[in-house]
Amino acid sequence: MFFKKTKTTIRDIDEFLDTVDQGILVFKEGVKSYLNEDNESFQKNLENLYQLEAKADKKVLRIQNEFFEHSLIPQYSAEVVKLLDSLDDIIDTAKENLYQYDVEIPFIPKKLKDDFLKLLDVSCSAAEAAIPAVRSFFNNPSSVKDNEHRVYFYEKETDGLAADLKRKIFKETKHLKLSQKIHLRYFTLHIEQISDKAEYSARILSALAIKTKD
Amino acid sequence: MIFFFLSSGLFLGWSLGANDAANVFGSAVGTRMVSFKKAAIIASIFVILGAVIQGAGATHTLGKLGTVTALGGSFTVALAAAVTVYWMTKFKIPVSTSQAIVGAIIGWNFFVGSSTDVKVLGKIVSTWVMGPILGAIFAILLYYLQNLFFKVVKIHLLKQDAYIRFSLLLVGAFGSYSLGANNIANVMGVFVSAAPDSYLDFGLFRLNGVQQLFLLGGIAIAVGIFTYSKRVMDTVGNGLMQLSSKSAIITVLANSMVLFVFSSTTLSNFFVSIGLPPIPLVPVSSSQVIVGAILGLGLLKGGYNINYKMLGSIAAGWVATPFVAGILSFIALFFISNVFLIPVSSKSVVKKQEPKIIKIDSSQIKSKNEAEDTSDTLLKTKKILN
Repeated sequence: MFFKKTKTTIRDIDEFLDTVDQGILVFKEGVKSYLNEDNESFQKNLENLYQLEAKADKKVLRIQNEFFEHSLIPQYSAEVVKLLDSLDDIIDTAKENLYQYDVEIPFIPKKLKDDFLKLLDVSCSAAEAAIPAVRSFFNNPSSVKDNEHRVYFYEKETDGLAADLKRKIFKETKHLKLSQKIHLRYFTLHIEQISDKAEYSARILSALAIKTKD
Repeated sequence: MIFFFLSSGLFLGWSLGANDAANVFGSAVGTRMVSFKKAAIIASIFVILGAVIQGAGATHTLGKLGTVTALGGSFTVALAAAVTVYWMTKFKIPVSTSQAIVGAIIGWNFFVGSSTDVKVLGKIVSTWVMGPILGAIFAILLYYLQNLFFKVVKIHLLKQDAYIRFSLLLVGAFGSYSLGANNIANVMGVFVSAAPDSYLDFGLFRLNGVQQLFLLGGIAIAVGIFTYSKRVMDTVGNGLMQLSSKSAIITVLANSMVLFVFSSTTLSNFFVSIGLPPIPLVPVSSSQVIVGAILGLGLLKGGYNINYKMLGSIAAGWVATPFVAGILSFIALFFISNVFLIPVSSKSVVKKQEPKIIKIDSSQIKSKNEAEDTSDTLLKTKKILN
């Protein structure tokens, strides 16, 4: 009886983590296709991300119910649910941001394209690193530290790149209007947000790893 | 009249259920690994089974220090112990029922002028100190073993949770069975002589008189578990220190192991057979062992999580329990024997019956007046006895 419930929840958690991971990849591809002006691919990725986000929402809700209904890991259930919620936030933010590209159609000058791509890569790396860290928490809590430090590293890198990019937008693109510059800063923040969300997950994870260390 | 006397035993059974079930399921319920309802149902079923199936073979703590020789005395001693345990339970303090009974028996010894076997008393008191220490040592050893196990074997956190939950239920059921089997003697042991001669037929099985009595005691313990044990369970599971599920299984296992090691003649004989000294087979209180085990884990982790205020209350409770039970027993015995004129020991019965066995030989009586005095005493004594 116990083991059947447990198996279902383990499977659900794995599927949820896979979904978030895929969502991050799709977000990355979506922004890349926008920067490359490949509208067809962008729309495909946006649609795909919508579906993945909906799936993740459904999964996380189901996991929450399983945790509270069957009183799984009762002492840490609230924190575990908070952790999974924070991961769900990453995919939510990714979807929301890609949607903004579709709606607002920001003008990104060619000379800033590489900077945006680099920022995107590093920011998404932070989120991607959070997934194995969370997996390791469930499978081998003592190895959490080995994985989570990557998240902090990429988040810090993202902060630096975003600061450089913002500076570049306001100082080196004199041909752009102030409104366009502000718009670009806004989209820089959108990409930066992904690593911030990943860092928040990593912080919850660190606390959990200490708590469960017995 | 027997039903009236039985009431104190049932009260003691209720108190025992309210207090001692926490030793078995306290950590599981306190860590929310097992719901109180589930724990209470399992504990009740297995306590009753243990009492009925194996209760007859249990050791009688009541008889260790002195044998209470009259039903009235047994009633009062059990009542004093029950009131003490109930009182401690009200303050959410896990106490040893044996401690309360020992105190109450010493109170009886004082009242009837019977001497207390200091050697036996010393042995029992030493276990009150040894119990928590052994619990702590076993818990620390198990902690290291558990850590080693989880370092070698990687199990998913949720699977670990399921295994621990299942183990807690299993160990809890076993512990409840042992609780019923061992402690029913404390509750009903003194009433065995008054057990009915008839059999109670349930179709599939039938219970003899003693088993019927133990069934009644088991039910009293079960009622205690259901109605009042949650408070002490909270203390054991959360009050003294915040326990994790892993710690919960360690404390329960440490408790079972200490009780097993110090009551297993087979293990002791095995030690002798391999040239080691025998294990002293002493009665150890599970309340004290479980508190010692929790404390041991707390100290191992630096002692920051321990609620020292609660620990102080528990320690004070342990010191107070035998004294309170002893004083209560003494006072209650005074009232029972002097106000209600119920004999509380065979001595008091023998004293009053003395004139009955005097064979009055008129030739031995020197004067007529003396003969009249003796027959007056006889008449008065008969009135008292009737």
